[in-house]
Amino acid sequence: MIKLDKVSKKFGNGGIALSEVTLSIDRGEFVFFVGRTGSGKTTLFRLLIREFFPSEGSIIVGDFDLGNLPNYKIPHLRRKVGVVFQNLKLLSDRTIFENIVLPLEVSGFKDRDAHKRTEEIMQELGLSEHRDKFPIQLSGGELQRAAIARALVLSPEILLADEPTGNLDPKTGEEILDLLMDINKKGTTVIMATHNDVMVNKFAKRVISLEKGKIIKDQKKGKYEIS
Amino acid sequence: MRFLNTTLRHIRRSPYQAFAAILIMTVTFVAISLFTFLILGSSRVISYFESKPQVTAFFKDTAKQENIRALEDQLRASGKVSKMHFVSKNEALKIYRQQNKNDPLLLDLVTADILPASLEISTYKIEDLASVYSMIKQSSFVQEVIFQKDVVSSLTSWTNSLRKIGIALVVVLSIVSVFIMITIIGIRISQKKDEIEIVRLLGASGWYIRWPFIFEGILYGVIGAFFAWIISSAILLYETPFLESFLKGIPILPVSYIFLLEVLGAELVLAILLGVFASFIAVLRYLK
Repeated sequence: MIKLDKVSKKFGNGGIALSEVTLSIDRGEFVFFVGRTGSGKTTLFRLLIREFFPSEGSIIVGDFDLGNLPNYKIPHLRRKVGVVFQNLKLLSDRTIFENIVLPLEVSGFKDRDAHKRTEEIMQELGLSEHRDKFPIQLSGGELQRAAIARALVLSPEILLADEPTGNLDPKTGEEILDLLMDINKKGTTVIMATHNDVMVNKFAKRVISLEKGKIIKDQKKGKYEIS
Repeated sequence: MRFLNTTLRHIRRSPYQAFAAILIMTVTFVAISLFTFLILGSSRVISYFESKPQVTAFFKDTAKQENIRALEDQLRASGKVSKMHFVSKNEALKIYRQQNKNDPLLLDLVTADILPASLEISTYKIEDLASVYSMIKQSSFVQEVIFQKDVVSSLTSWTNSLRKIGIALVVVLSIVSVFIMITIIGIRISQKKDEIEIVRLLGASGWYIRWPFIFEGILYGVIGAFFAWIISSAILLYETPFLESFLKGIPILPVSYIFLLEVLGAELVLAILLGVFASFIAVLRYLK
């Protein structure tokens, strides 16, 4: 499903975000990317949706070879990969419904179908009562749910969640993680970046540990082992 | 429809920028409309004068039928004359009465005796007018000769100047409008930078992002042109009675509603072209 071969990313200022990262993730897996702030987790996510090219190496996501992907095909890739961004990136001047329906609109769904699917996913994630509220009116957990709903509305094959529990209290964080587990059980490949050791250790899932842009551990049923 | 909704939302959220864009487009199209009316009107006035006899010879009361016929033969023999029409004293009175039918005082005072008989002459070429003029002038039975060449040529030179000034003004105003629209749409794109980035990350294609801005340019152009058409048509219709009395006898007014609709159609096409051009430049410049 996802293959990275000796992927490095250097930025213009000389900083090395990733260095010779090689990994493979199968369809339907749940993977934690763990590491300190600046270890390269977010850069990896950004490479997976072709926000930029790697400096070296090759990346394959599903049927897309990102190194040879023409610009006009990037939207097609991004419709297959749902992303819960670290800072959520919800539009503050649109209601929760309008935010969640957006991926369907940009993909050219008819209004009727788009609205039906949005209502469905909102109900599934317990957001129906917040339909017409603006992001500023919601709590952190609710906002996180809204961001997940938006990432899932197109039924993507892959879900990337960048620190989805980062600013939440432990109980709400746990709820969000349970939700991601449920999504994974339904067949979606979920990759979650986090530095929350309690959450990672609670589930016996694959854990890939990053440090200074390099993979230092890749365990099938791993633990959070960053000092 | 979705793009149009996004465009309308952009306009609703920053109405002053939209107002400025529409205003400059309105000013440009008012200038375009008024110069169109002026240029087309003056061309029609010139055609009117060109279709009229170019030289008119007024005979002395002493001139007899055979003297007039001799002059006609002489002119015909020159091969330069395309058309000749003799207007007798009685016909001149009829014409006078027709022209002044609304002024009984002027009608009472004039009889056929005081109006001269005349010969209206047109030439094939405008440059032959001078020789025809001098030929007539030599006749001892001719009281006065009116030579239209001066009227036509001075009108033509006025119209040409008007056309040049009009085109220059319209070009300058169009350039200013395009620059203002580029700036306004550029500001909008900058304001929407975060939103554009987010929809891009969610899988929006380049055109999904560009269309609302291009629609915005078209909308400013179309609304501006429409307001301008209403304003300039209202001015023309309001001034029609004055212009009709000013252009007495020249049948160009009132203008037909079909003509006004044709002007609207042409202006809307131009507005769409200007709007697309300006917004396209802005999108290329600010949405890389």
